[in-house]
Amino acid sequence: MAKEGILSASTSPHQRAAHSTASIMRDVIFAMIPILIFSVLYFGWRVLLITGLSVASAVLSEWIWQKLTKQKVTISDWSAVVTGMLLAFNLPASVPWWMPIIGSAFAIIIVKQIFGGIGQNFMNPALAARCFLLVAWSSAMVTFQVDGVTVATPLAYLQSGEESMVPSYLGCFLGVIPGCLGETSKLLILLGGLYLIWRKVISFVIPLSYIGTVFVLSYVLGGDGLYQILTGGLMLGAFFMATDYTTSPMNAKGQCIMGIGCGILTVLIRFYGGYPEGVSFSILLMNICVPLIDRFTMPRVFGTEKSSFFKKKEEKQS
Amino acid sequence: MKKLYSSVLRTFKGGVHPPDEKRHTADIAIQDFMDPKGDMVFPMLQHLGAPCRPVVKKGDFVLRDQVIGEPDGLGALVYSSVSGTVKDVKPMPHPNGSKVMSVVIENDRQYTTMEKDIQPCSYKELSAEQILDRIRRAGIVGMGGAGFPTHIKLSPPPDKKIDHIILNASECEPYLTSDYRVMLEDSWRVVNGLRIVLSLFPGAKGYIAIESNKPDAFQALQPYIEDENDIELVGLKTKYPQGGEKQLIHAVTHREVPSGGLPADIGCIVINVDTSVAISRAITQARPLQRRIVTVTGDCVKNPGNYRVRIGTSFREVLEAAGGVTKEPAKIICGGPMMGMALSSLDVPVIKTSSCLLVFSDSKAYLPEESACIRCGKCIQACPMHLQPYELNQLVLRRDWDGFIKWHGPECIECGSCSYICPAKRHLTQTCKLGRQVVAAMRKQAAKGGKSHG
Repeated sequence: MAKEGILSASTSPHQRAAHSTASIMRDVIFAMIPILIFSVLYFGWRVLLITGLSVASAVLSEWIWQKLTKQKVTISDWSAVVTGMLLAFNLPASVPWWMPIIGSAFAIIIVKQIFGGIGQNFMNPALAARCFLLVAWSSAMVTFQVDGVTVATPLAYLQSGEESMVPSYLGCFLGVIPGCLGETSKLLILLGGLYLIWRKVISFVIPLSYIGTVFVLSYVLGGDGLYQILTGGLMLGAFFMATDYTTSPMNAKGQCIMGIGCGILTVLIRFYGGYPEGVSFSILLMNICVPLIDRFTMPRVFGTEKSSFFKKKEEKQS
Repeated sequence: MKKLYSSVLRTFKGGVHPPDEKRHTADIAIQDFMDPKGDMVFPMLQHLGAPCRPVVKKGDFVLRDQVIGEPDGLGALVYSSVSGTVKDVKPMPHPNGSKVMSVVIENDRQYTTMEKDIQPCSYKELSAEQILDRIRRAGIVGMGGAGFPTHIKLSPPPDKKIDHIILNASECEPYLTSDYRVMLEDSWRVVNGLRIVLSLFPGAKGYIAIESNKPDAFQALQPYIEDENDIELVGLKTKYPQGGEKQLIHAVTHREVPSGGLPADIGCIVINVDTSVAISRAITQARPLQRRIVTVTGDCVKNPGNYRVRIGTSFREVLEAAGGVTKEPAKIICGGPMMGMALSSLDVPVIKTSSCLLVFSDSKAYLPEESACIRCGKCIQACPMHLQPYELNQLVLRRDWDGFIKWHGPECIECGSCSYICPAKRHLTQTCKLGRQVVAAMRKQAAKGGKSHG
């Protein structure tokens, strides 16, 4: 703040866009709220408990870690809330209450803060935590209940060959199917994703290339592409997880490679793997490739020769 | 009705859309403020290049249109815009923040004009050499901001064939409307200046490139180019920095100015609207450059508008002419909000390149706090030079100057798009500027020290 009569003489530009890290994170939360409401209506009040505990644990873990390591506390940027919500969305509503707490603490401390906090993690924290929980307590993570009755997910039925048990396309689209608490309603995920694209928070490249690859490749391999994109965590992953800024490439070309890579891995895991769902693992695997993708898709600098970055390097080496 | 160069709006890749804020001043006619009361200060540096050498001394009586500074190397003549007594010749505060040798003249407010040895005439009566000489003698520089001496720009080496003369009428900086008002009110001179430049390059075509948010300017210029076969109007998308020289050339011609090169290398010359008017006045009225249009605006200014002022007038007087301030100013900027220079004091003069005086209150001048980069990639999409601003920022913070060069940091045009768009509010442009200055200094040092350092 300028004192009376003293002029600020900072260097240009003197004008900044209205958005901020916090406003972007809040937009992601807005996009997820309809999905949460649907989940509460369909799976019951336990959804709120799981989500609440997950968010609280994420925010508290960040606060405690930053206090302990004497860093600036950044919980006001809302990113921990997003991580907590996304982790909860990837859990069945019936998980024990302590699992979201451990999961969020793992996501924030081990995956995000140890690598340097926001912008520095090399994997999506929520997805890494989900896979950690899946490996550590797998039975709780793959037990899905609707109205207190344990049922298998559509993808599990497909994998075991019980195709007569799979719900209709419409049921999958509306989300009245068993699954993780935030992944079932494709309709609301799609609306949330479109909201994020409209707000320019994410670009359409990753969701489109990811979902498109799964759709086409499934048909090529003799499956039902439409069914593949309407079931499991694909939509949630494509719109909300694979588009995570920190763990996705920064320009459109790289994002397209990321989306196609995720799509191929997802289909391979779903069709040939021992596990009915492949979204989490494929996104995590592609997360690790992001620095490489970014390097190889760097745009040509205006007025210079093509890919002079690499040329100069070669010259230096020779 | 003359058709547009192409019905599709042209543009470049990248850029941002800051709120244009032109409505405060766009519809107000240019007002004259030609009788300043205070002392006039004429810095010897009002152009790109070396400062001029003062040719008057304390106590001399000078007339309006009299030369008071002569270039030493790359530069342009400096004229007095008033008649009066030289009070002092000493370093004075300059809009660029440093102190620059300046001639201070006590204005007698008579505006006695010096006898001319050239007469007003049409450019058709003059040879190319005579036209160039008149432009040089008028002390004209690029009035869009960079201040490159115009007579040098118009004398490219003979091996460069110039086929595109582009009149930069995009005025992409927010708040600025001076070029827009000039196009509306002085349309004939704008086109005439372009015609004069075209006459220097037989075979070249002229292009007037206007952003799509200025349809009135299109209409105002149209009658004057109706019968010209070698001048076209080009519609551009409204986007910042559309008026950046390299971006503008790319949008109009699809050619790229090579790294380290000049527009002339690819057959182009770009001139600004107000420069075109100055060229026209230098030929048809035989007047040197000694006034310019300044947009005075910002949320603190009582009567925002465009003012015709004498070069050398202090910004304090210009602001008073606009009714002064309504709120306590927190930041005063010479130029637009994206690339302008923040002034530490109002007691600096209007120079040839001062397009705007922007007065911001605390709420507009507020500098948001920096936070960690979230790798959103918005800076990469915004960069009109297709650089990686987030990476350059890290390299400069680590003082890795070799890395900065390798990642093409010196190509940065300092347009401010990356800092503008960054949601983490990182000072991207600012660190890039620092990097470029350090690298330029290092290169200068290396050139001086020969190979001993390299």
